[in-house]
Amino acid sequence: MTPRRIIGQPRRRVDGRAKVTGQTRFADDIILPRMLHCRLLRSTHPHARIVSIDTGKAEQLDGVHLVLTGESFPIAYGILPVSHDEHALCRDKVRFVGDPVAAVIARDEVTAESAVNLIDVVYGPLRTFAEPAESLAHDEPRIHDYGDHGNVHKAVSLQFGDVDAAMAAADHVFDDVFFFEGNTHLPIEQHASVAVKDPDGKLVIYTSTQTPHYLHRALAKALAMPAAHIRVVATPNGGGFGGKSDPFNHELVVAKAAMLLDRPVKICLNREEVFYCHRGRHPVTMRFRTGVTRDGKITALDLQTLLDGGSYGSYGVASTFYTGALQTVTYDIPRYRFRGCRVFTNKPPCGPKRGHGTPQSRFGQEVQLDKIAEHLKRDPAGLRLGMIAPPDSLTANYLRVGTIGLAECITKVVERSNWKDKFRKLPLGRGVGLACSSYLSGAGMPINWNDLPHSGVQLKLDRSGGVTVFCGATEIGQGSDDVLVGIVAEVLGIDPFDVRAVTGDTDLTPVDLGSYSSRVTLMMGNAAIQAAERARAIVAGPVAAKLGVPADRLVFADRRVFDSEQPDRSVTFQEAVCIAEARVGTIGTTGSYTPPKAAGHFKGGGVGPSPTYSYTAAVVEVDVDAETGWITVPRVWIAHDIGCALNPTLVRGQVEGSVYMGLGEALMEEQAFRRLPPRLSSALVHKFPSMLEYKSPTSLDMPEIVTDLIEHPDPRGPFGAKEVGQGPLLPIMPAVANAVYDAVGVRVDQIPVSPEKILRALQAKAAGKPARVGPASFPDVAWPEPLLVTPPHEGGDGRASNEPDRRLRRKAEAGVEATAGVRS
Amino acid sequence: MRLPGFRYRAPRTIEDAAAWLAEQPADSMLLAGGTDLLPNMKRRQQTPSTIIGLSGIGALAEIRNGDGLTIGAGVTLSNLVADPRIRTSYAGLWQAAAQVATPHLRNMGTIGGNVCLDTRCTYYDQNYEWRKSIDFCMKRDGKTCWVATSSPKCLAVSSTDTAPMLQALDASVTLVSAGGARVLPIADLFANDGMHYLTRQRDEILASIAVPALDGWRSAYWKLRRRGAFDFPVASAAVAARLDGRRVVDARIVLGAVSSRPLSADRAVAQLLGQELTDDLIASAGAAAAEIAKPMDNTDFELVWRKKMVRALVSAALHEIRGDDMRARRLQLARQEMLSMPASTSAAR
Amino acid sequence: MKVRLTCSVNQEPVDVLVDDYKTLLEVLREDLQLTGTKHGCELGECGACAVLVDGSPVLSCLVLAVESAGRRITTVEGLAADGRLHPLQECFADLGASQCGYCTPGILITAKALLDAEPNPSRERICEALSGNLCRCTGYLQIVEAVEAALRLGAASKQRQPLLAQSEPGAGQ
Ligand SMILES: Cc1cc2nc3c(=O)[nH]c(=O)nc-3n(C[C@H](O)[C@H](O)[C@H](O)COP(=O)(O)OP(=O)(O)OC[C@H]3O[C@@H](n4cnc5c(N)ncnc54)[C@H](O)[C@@H]3O)c2cc1C
Ligand code: SF4
Ligand code: FES
Ligand code: FES
Repeated sequence: MTPRRIIGQPRRRVDGRAKVTGQTRFADDIILPRMLHCRLLRSTHPHARIVSIDTGKAEQLDGVHLVLTGESFPIAYGILPVSHDEHALCRDKVRFVGDPVAAVIARDEVTAESAVNLIDVVYGPLRTFAEPAESLAHDEPRIHDYGDHGNVHKAVSLQFGDVDAAMAAADHVFDDVFFFEGNTHLPIEQHASVAVKDPDGKLVIYTSTQTPHYLHRALAKALAMPAAHIRVVATPNGGGFGGKSDPFNHELVVAKAAMLLDRPVKICLNREEVFYCHRGRHPVTMRFRTGVTRDGKITALDLQTLLDGGSYGSYGVASTFYTGALQTVTYDIPRYRFRGCRVFTNKPPCGPKRGHGTPQSRFGQEVQLDKIAEHLKRDPAGLRLGMIAPPDSLTANYLRVGTIGLAECITKVVERSNWKDKFRKLPLGRGVGLACSSYLSGAGMPINWNDLPHSGVQLKLDRSGGVTVFCGATEIGQGSDDVLVGIVAEVLGIDPFDVRAVTGDTDLTPVDLGSYSSRVTLMMGNAAIQAAERARAIVAGPVAAKLGVPADRLVFADRRVFDSEQPDRSVTFQEAVCIAEARVGTIGTTGSYTPPKAAGHFKGGGVGPSPTYSYTAAVVEVDVDAETGWITVPRVWIAHDIGCALNPTLVRGQVEGSVYMGLGEALMEEQAFRRLPPRLSSALVHKFPSMLEYKSPTSLDMPEIVTDLIEHPDPRGPFGAKEVGQGPLLPIMPAVANAVYDAVGVRVDQIPVSPEKILRALQAKAAGKPARVGPASFPDVAWPEPLLVTPPHEGGDGRASNEPDRRLRRKAEAGVEATAGVRS
Repeated sequence: MRLPGFRYRAPRTIEDAAAWLAEQPADSMLLAGGTDLLPNMKRRQQTPSTIIGLSGIGALAEIRNGDGLTIGAGVTLSNLVADPRIRTSYAGLWQAAAQVATPHLRNMGTIGGNVCLDTRCTYYDQNYEWRKSIDFCMKRDGKTCWVATSSPKCLAVSSTDTAPMLQALDASVTLVSAGGARVLPIADLFANDGMHYLTRQRDEILASIAVPALDGWRSAYWKLRRRGAFDFPVASAAVAARLDGRRVVDARIVLGAVSSRPLSADRAVAQLLGQELTDDLIASAGAAAAEIAKPMDNTDFELVWRKKMVRALVSAALHEIRGDDMRARRLQLARQEMLSMPASTSAAR
Repeated sequence: MKVRLTCSVNQEPVDVLVDDYKTLLEVLREDLQLTGTKHGCELGECGACAVLVDGSPVLSCLVLAVESAGRRITTVEGLAADGRLHPLQECFADLGASQCGYCTPGILITAKALLDAEPNPSRERICEALSGNLCRCTGYLQIVEAVEAALRLGAASKQRQPLLAQSEPGAGQ
């Protein structure tokens, strides 16, 4: 094999130049002739019936072209097929302050805004739900008329093996309750969209979305248009982090308006509205009961989670399962019970944020492990090293684990941080904490269950010697265009500069499901390798004949094709393409990727499977002022099992960006809400929908970060690569909490770990009370009977013994879905 | 987010500005750096029909020597921070100005605007639509104060960084109107009322701020905020003192962001006068100062904790004034190395 | 109502009629179609809209267009000169300082002002100068490193002409 020229080398990303010159065209940068502007009227009530809407005055205003209300949007949509509970504009009720009620399209934003203020809405207020406890306690009024019951959106219960017996047999059972506050993505780019009726009369929308394919489906359904007549172009996203993965109200509104008016219509949300789009981290209360042997092995885990879902379904059912999915992928847990419940409340909907559903329970598990180590008088690093899940195995909950570099990660951060000299040895106020994590390299199941590929790539080679690569993947800053181009250039032996990428355009590019679940590098990458290898084979045949050497001796490198044994027998890449094109005609290839089938065949078994998992370990050092609780983080050491770093510059950026975001969550970020005194007001509002009061770390708040990459190529990934966009965030929050304990001996079992909480715990400690801040107990939830699945190592076949015939039901579901996708 | 409509006027002299302001004092507002007024206008908290822009008045942008320094209201915070006279002689003022907002906002914002900064409250510093969702509040468009529903007055927080320090330095201000000028101690410019937080008349312009020559005085400013930049103070301690050895000859302690005005901690000062500045005395003065702080639940952080922090901030300032090496502590709190000064320069001459 | 605005933007004279309520940000993006300057809050809370006015970085979302009359304005579009990228641009592109790129124009502009004013800022000083620019992607480290690299590259290029051998990918490495 020839040495790699591109893969593995730190390189300028392919879109680097555009970004530093201000030429990257984000959605709000698109300005079209005759363009109109849209503003939305949003609900000022947290929960109310819409009694009437009077748009008369708004329509009369000079410069107003169109006023839309829920009447124009009869069809519901939503990201998951099981929760199509959104309408572009609310029809009969509003569910949170910020829910869109009407839209004005006008000559400019100022006019649209003035018209919005002229719309009169009469609301009939309903009881509001601010906390999950309230939603559990009151079935009426229901926020939605679907869901498991009352205001419970979804309650799930899974059991893998006899957990109670394993607990009873354990030497110790640890029982801890934790709380993780919600937080939001806060991309610097505010969501924006421009919709146009193209000259043929079809719909085009340019929009800041991470998932053009799913938006495509939602538009087709909700606007009742054939998908073939809709083109979604995902503009580069100015940050996404999961917050631009749902189809959004404003996208449907401008699409509809552009079709009605036959003029381009733009909307750019203001920052407050971005907070209302949300789909961020669910607030989660969780209870971990863990059975442990004397020598530090886990015998069983019994996990309960309660998710505050906000007002719509979004990805919520998946988020619920994710809070229980990945524990077993990290550590060897032979028996496992998971119960998760998501409730509706009158707040902006929660959804997927970096780590989707897993950071909350990762926090609980890693802090509990710290407590277990303390109790067993074991070093937390050593304890974890002894319980890592076995590689190439099937977990108790039927997740197929590939390579595991976690031991190397732990060893690396222990060594780099001088852990042995620091842990429990630093002076009062300084401490170190360790935590680990794992994450998916792409979800094994698509959102709409079907047998279609998850990622498709097309290549065009022509006589110019240039190559164009087409893929539906979406550039959200993570560098997917660079991965795509780098892989194609590597396989074809040309320079990345010779390759042009066309991405995220449902008209021009084959489907890729989108930039979520850390799937792009692995799935698009494998598809790209396949397409490029096919192209190489097409070119190699005719060139080999021309050079008179066997095709398998040809090497593609340095923009040339040559005989590996007589390197001077060569043609340039351009000549090679011409030779091949003359022989076989126009050259184009495709590649696609479909992940392996899930091993679990029980309901819920579709959430968690992934082609392979990444692993991370981190040590965080903190400085805590024992007098005030003030906390700073001077240093972080992190090691990530990446498999293979395709472009190390980008990989490091993802790791450091994750550390940054993790520290924000650990220390300060909170999507908090405020209720006014109920006897005076029914208001329930986002406490501070602004960039100033939603605290995100600045350059002065960042620690030194030492990053190490562990590179053991995993055969399932392109060139052995695994994910890096999300996993490295996960260990940061628990490592901070564990470090606080090391520093001042108090437990903050609640995120964020703010100075006030530290001080409260210190005061409790001084008063002889438990040195802890965190939830006292887990609320009562009426759990359904668990599905009973025998773990693989106990002879299970991946099916639940007490589930009605699943295959039949699934077939029925798939049928409904398939028609929904193609029907007009 | 768009600004509401307004008429813009740009005088070249203070006299013109005063005359134009007098034409419609109730509906006109002065615009200096705009970093407070313009966000407030975008959120429809303040909606003047006329804006009088002060940036073209050269005379407002000067720092003049005299008995002490006279700082024009239009001096930007960046220029203030860059002036060596401030850094060497009024360390606390330098520290306060250097910690306002961000570098960009200090390039734009003026000291006059900072002193006249609107009071802040998380129920009020919100978009129009948000405020509509809570049916507004007493400070603008509503009736109730949601922070304390029985309160007869607005409890919005004085959030300026420089004003407490200027008050601790015993500064005075010159207000100019079409009718003439008046000079008053800066302490008298402020009123403890979130809505009517300045005693300035609507037709008056703050022209300059004079800080006296403070021979032998030292000063220090300690600010509490969540992040290393951007955030307004949620509690701060401005301390100035003259020491004879370790004995306190004279002192002033002013608290920021724990009331609707900069708050003088007179009881704490009384404890200090004539005494050796020992660790114990510092601790007890800090505690006495914290007693008068009245933080409400309308800023970042929990109010009980903010009150506790007042004590720590005042103590830290006193330690710094005593000449203790507070660099590590300051770095931890402010996350900026340059704010720390070697003990020798933290003294005012 | 429209008002006339004359000023210079990226060293070119500008003379336009603009709505009187507009900010400099809105005029740059909407009237001059210089969309390189971004916005993340429009309230002075993020730094994405930073431009240079008379050489000093300010937030264009809080500058009245009418107050920009006669000023010298520099935006990200004005950083490259004579067909060559500014050393900061080269280094940001090469060293991962721009991920999604949305904060990048504001940060480049701010860093340029720093390098113009100070020959050799320390890492702490760079962090302080950039503390008014939020970035959600990078964690700032690669940004700070890119500014440091640009310092070295800028210093080197002053001794050796031409500025850069090539302005293609990788030139700054
Ligand atoms: C994100 C953000 C963070 C901030 N953080 C801080 C902070 O940490 N600390 C802090 O103190 N401030 C902070 N500020 C507020 C503001 O930037 C500063 O207070 C600044 O100094 C205000 O000055 P300006 O010239 O911009 O005021 P302007 O907005 O021009 O004016 C402010 C007020 O003063 C009045 N005014 C201005 N000049 C005069 C005059 N000569 N005579 C009479 N009245 C006058 C105006 O009419 C207006 O009511 C922050 C602002 C933002 C947007
Ligand atoms: S303190 Fe009360 S009246 Fe004043 S701004 Fe806040 S809520 Fe309104
Ligand atoms: S857009 Fe100007 S500071 Fe955010
Ligand atoms: S690169 Fe995305 S916000 Fe900075």
